[in-house]
Amino acid sequence: MSEIALNVNGSSHRLDVDPTTPLLYVLSDDLGLRGPKLGCGLGQCGACTVIVRGRAVRSCVTPVGTVAGAEITTLEGLGTAEKPHPLQQAFIDEQAAQCGFCLNGVILTAKAFLDQKPKATDAELQQGLGSVLCRCFTHVRMLRAIKKYQEKRA
Amino acid sequence: MTTKIPTAVDRRAFLQMSGALVVSFSAASILDAADVVQGPFDTRGSHVDPTQLDSWLAVGADGGVTAYTGKCEFGQGMYTAQIQLVAEELSVPVSRVKLIQCDTSICPDQGTTSGSQSTPTNFNERNLAQAAATAREALLRLASQRLGVPVDRLSASDGVVGVKGDTGKRVSYGELVGGKRFDVTVNAHAPRKAVADWKVMGTPVPRVDMTEMATGTFEFVHNVRVPGMLHGRVVRPASVGAAVASVDEASVRGMPGLVKVVVRKNFVGVVCEKQWQAIQAAAKLKVVWTAGPGLPAQHDFYDHLRKQPARDAAVVDSKDVDQKMTAASSVLKATYLHPYQMHGSMGTSCAVADVQGNKATVWSPTQSAYPTRSGVAAVLGIPPDNVRVIYVRGSGCYGINGADTVSYDAALLSHAVGKPVRIQLSRQDEMAWENYGFAYVIDQRAAVDRSGTIAAWDCESWSPSLGGRPGYDQPGNVVTGMLVGFEPAAPAPRAAGAPRGPLRNGSNAVPSYLAGCIDGSCNGAGTIKSERVVTHTIASPFFTGPLRSPARLQNTFAHECFLDEIAAHVKADPVEYRVRHLSDPRLREVVQAAAKAAKWQPRQSPQRTGSGRGIACVAYEGDNGYVAMVADVDVDQSSGRIRVRKLVVAQDCGPITNPDGMKNQIEGGALQGLSRALGEEVTWDERKVTSIDWRTYHSLPLGFDVPEVESVLINRNGVEASGAGETAITIVAAAVGNAVFDATGARIREVPFTPERIVAALRARS
Ligand code: FES
Ligand code: FES
Repeated sequence: MSEIALNVNGSSHRLDVDPTTPLLYVLSDDLGLRGPKLGCGLGQCGACTVIVRGRAVRSCVTPVGTVAGAEITTLEGLGTAEKPHPLQQAFIDEQAAQCGFCLNGVILTAKAFLDQKPKATDAELQQGLGSVLCRCFTHVRMLRAIKKYQEKRA
Repeated sequence: MTTKIPTAVDRRAFLQMSGALVVSFSAASILDAADVVQGPFDTRGSHVDPTQLDSWLAVGADGGVTAYTGKCEFGQGMYTAQIQLVAEELSVPVSRVKLIQCDTSICPDQGTTSGSQSTPTNFNERNLAQAAATAREALLRLASQRLGVPVDRLSASDGVVGVKGDTGKRVSYGELVGGKRFDVTVNAHAPRKAVADWKVMGTPVPRVDMTEMATGTFEFVHNVRVPGMLHGRVVRPASVGAAVASVDEASVRGMPGLVKVVVRKNFVGVVCEKQWQAIQAAAKLKVVWTAGPGLPAQHDFYDHLRKQPARDAAVVDSKDVDQKMTAASSVLKATYLHPYQMHGSMGTSCAVADVQGNKATVWSPTQSAYPTRSGVAAVLGIPPDNVRVIYVRGSGCYGINGADTVSYDAALLSHAVGKPVRIQLSRQDEMAWENYGFAYVIDQRAAVDRSGTIAAWDCESWSPSLGGRPGYDQPGNVVTGMLVGFEPAAPAPRAAGAPRGPLRNGSNAVPSYLAGCIDGSCNGAGTIKSERVVTHTIASPFFTGPLRSPARLQNTFAHECFLDEIAAHVKADPVEYRVRHLSDPRLREVVQAAAKAAKWQPRQSPQRTGSGRGIACVAYEGDNGYVAMVADVDVDQSSGRIRVRKLVVAQDCGPITNPDGMKNQIEGGALQGLSRALGEEVTWDERKVTSIDWRTYHSLPLGFDVPEVESVLINRNGVEASGAGETAITIVAAAVGNAVFDATGARIREVPFTPERIVAALRARS
C-alpha cells in the first residue's frame, strides 16, 4: 500500500492503495464511480475507458500508480444528466443504446479520438473505433450519433 | 420428475389460463418436439397474487402511478414500453409512471423475461395490460360515485377524471384512491383502450433510461454497493467435467485482504476485501483438478453428433416423402452446419448477495427473478420464502448468460463469510462456462416436380443439449449449480413417436414452406404437403441454453438457404419462388415488402458478378412475428472477405408499441446476426474451451464496415402483439449466405462464413 494522489473529474483524492492495482478498480470501488466498467479486464473491449491527459486509456490494464497526479475524466465527468456533453447529447438524441453497458467506452473513445482528429475521415474513425465493442450491436445509431457530433463541432 | 413449461403447446391458450394455475406436463410428452424451453413465461401465484389489481398497480397520494412487473428491461426497451402501456391505459403522462421490475418481495411472479414473450404476455388481454385496464375501470367507477355522474359521461386525461361537457366537475386519481388499495380483482373483461385512441402507445417515446446511461449515472448491478461488502472471485475447473482433487489454502495464505477460501464440492472461490485482491488470490490459489473425461474432437464434431444416442422427435410426417422422392424429376440434398455460439455479454456477469443465517437477499441481473429465488434457496439449502431477489440491470444478455450462475456464486460466497459479497466474473470464467447457443447439423432433401415446384421436403437435424434455464427446480442447469452437486438436465435417448397435433413449431424446425399437417389439420405457413421433419437431441459436452433465437436461427439458416438452392436449381426468382410456396398471408406480405423496399429485380441466381443480393424470411416460432430481409453484399474473391453493404428488413409484429424501439431492435438484431454469421464460433481442445476472450471469440467491433440497415415496419392492428427482439437476427445468416451465392455461385453451408471457408467454397464451385 502507498498513498496515491488522483485527480478525477476535477476533484483530488488521496488514496491508500496498492499502486499496481488497475485504475478501474480504484475508480469503481474506492471512488464509487459508475462510468468506467469492467468488460474484459484484458484491454480488449473498451468498457473501462477513461480519458487521461486527453487520451483514451483502458483503465483495466493501467496500474493506478502510473496515472498519479494526472487529470482523469470518466463518463460522468464529461457532462451531467442535467447538462450532458454535446457527444452525450448526440447519443441521447439518436437513442443510441440498448443495454448501455458499452456506452462508456464508445463515447469516451470517440471523444478522445475526435479531439485529436476533428476532421477524421470515416475510414479513420472506423480505425479509431476498431477495438471498441458493443455486443447489443447498436452500431448504426452510435456511428450516426458520433458523426452528427463531429459535424456540429466542426 | 421435472416440471417444464413448454414453449409451444398452443402458447396463446396456455397463457390465457389462470395465472394462479401451475400446470405440470409430463416432460416427455412436451419435449419430444425438440422445442427449446425458453420459459417459464407464465404468470403464476406467489405471495404477490396476480389476480389482484393491487399486485400490479398503485396510485400514490400525489396521483403518481407505480406499476409492478415481472418482465424486466434487458436492453430491448421493455422498461419504457411497459411505462407507455400503463400511461396509455390510465391516461397519465409517461413521467407520472414509475415501474418496479422483478423484485420478488413486491412484484408478481412472471417466470422468465425471455423468448420474445414480454410483449405477448403483458401487452395483450391479460396481466399488466389487463390490470391497467381494470384500474382505469375502477377509477371511473369511483369517480362516477364521487361526482354523481354516470360512467359513460366521464373521461380521463392527465390523471384527472372529468365530465364530458362540464369543465367544472372533476376529480383526480390521487383524490380517488391516492395511497389506498383498490381491493378489486383484475377484470378479464375490462375494456382496453382502442388502438385508434392511442396517444402514447404506438409513438416513439424516448427511452426513459437513456440520459442516465449516456452520462454514466445509471446504476447497473455492477454498481450496487452494500455496506460492509466484500469481493469474491471463483476458480472454475481446469477442464470440462473435472472435479476438485485438492485445494491448497496455504498457496494464498497471507495475501493482502484475503478473507476466506471457499470450497463446496467442486465449487471453489475466494473472498477478499477488495476486488483486485480477489482477482489476484483466485489466480494464485492452487487447486488440483481431476483430468475430466475429455472432449470430442472439434474437427469432426458434426459427424460425431450424428453417431450419438439421441432423443428423437418426428415433428411432422406425411408418410409419403420417400415415395415422392423416388418419383420426382430431380432430388436435391444439402447439409448445413452451425457451431456453438455464445452470448458473450459486454460486461461479465455480476451479482451481490447478502446471506445472514438462513435469510438471503440477492441483487441479480437474472432474467428469472422468482426461479432464481428458488435456485439460490436450493444451493443454500434454505426455503425460497427466505430469499429475496432484487433485479438490477446487468449488461445486455441475449438469453441465459452468466446472470443466474453468478447469482448462485454470490450467494455461496456470502453464505460462507456471513457478509455481503459482490462478485463479477472474469472474462474467461464467463466465456468458458456459459450456456452456449446450440450447435446444429441439418440435412435437407427436396423433390422437385417437372413444373419446378417443390413436391416434397425432408429435413433431419442433430443438436446437442445440456442444462439450460434452471427454472424453479433445476439449479444444476448452470455451472455453479452443477459444481455444488445438482444434476443438469440432459436429453434421455428415445425413439420418435408419431407426430401429434397441433403442429408445434416453436423452434422453427419446420420450414415455412411446409403445410405442417398433422391428423388433417394444417398449421404450417406453406403449401408443401409431402413433408417430414425429424429432430435428434444429443447430450452436449458443454452447457447449452437459449441464445437469441435459439434453434430458430440455426434451423432457419438451413431452411432459407436450401430454399434458395432449389430456386437456383429450377432457375426461379428467389422472391417469387418463396411466395409461390407460402400460404401464410402475413409472411408473404413481409417478403413482398422487403423486396419492394430493396427494389428487388427478379433474377436467376447466381449472377456471379462479385456483388449479389439474397433474401430470407421466417414466421418466427410459427406465429410470433413475421420478418423478411434482403442483403446486398460484395465478395472479394481472392481474400474471401464478405462486405455487407445493406440490409433491408420488413417486419410485422402486430400493433407496434414503440416504432423507434422496434427499429433499434431490428438494427441490433441484424448486426448481431451478421457478427454471428461472419465470425462467431465457440472453440475447444481435448479438455477445455479455448474461445475465452475477444481475441479468440470474434465479435464485429464498432469500427467494422457497418452496413446500412433499412427497416420497413408493418403496423398491423386487430391481431395480437408479438415479440420483436428475435425476429431479424433469425434470418441474417441465410440472407447473407444467399447473397454470397448470388455474387459468386459458391454456396456456403457452414457458419461462420470465414474468409477461409469462402475461399474453399469458391474453389469447390462447379
Ligand atoms: S474492460 Fe478494459 S478493455 Fe475491456
Ligand atoms: S448497448 Fe449493450 S453492449 Fe452496447
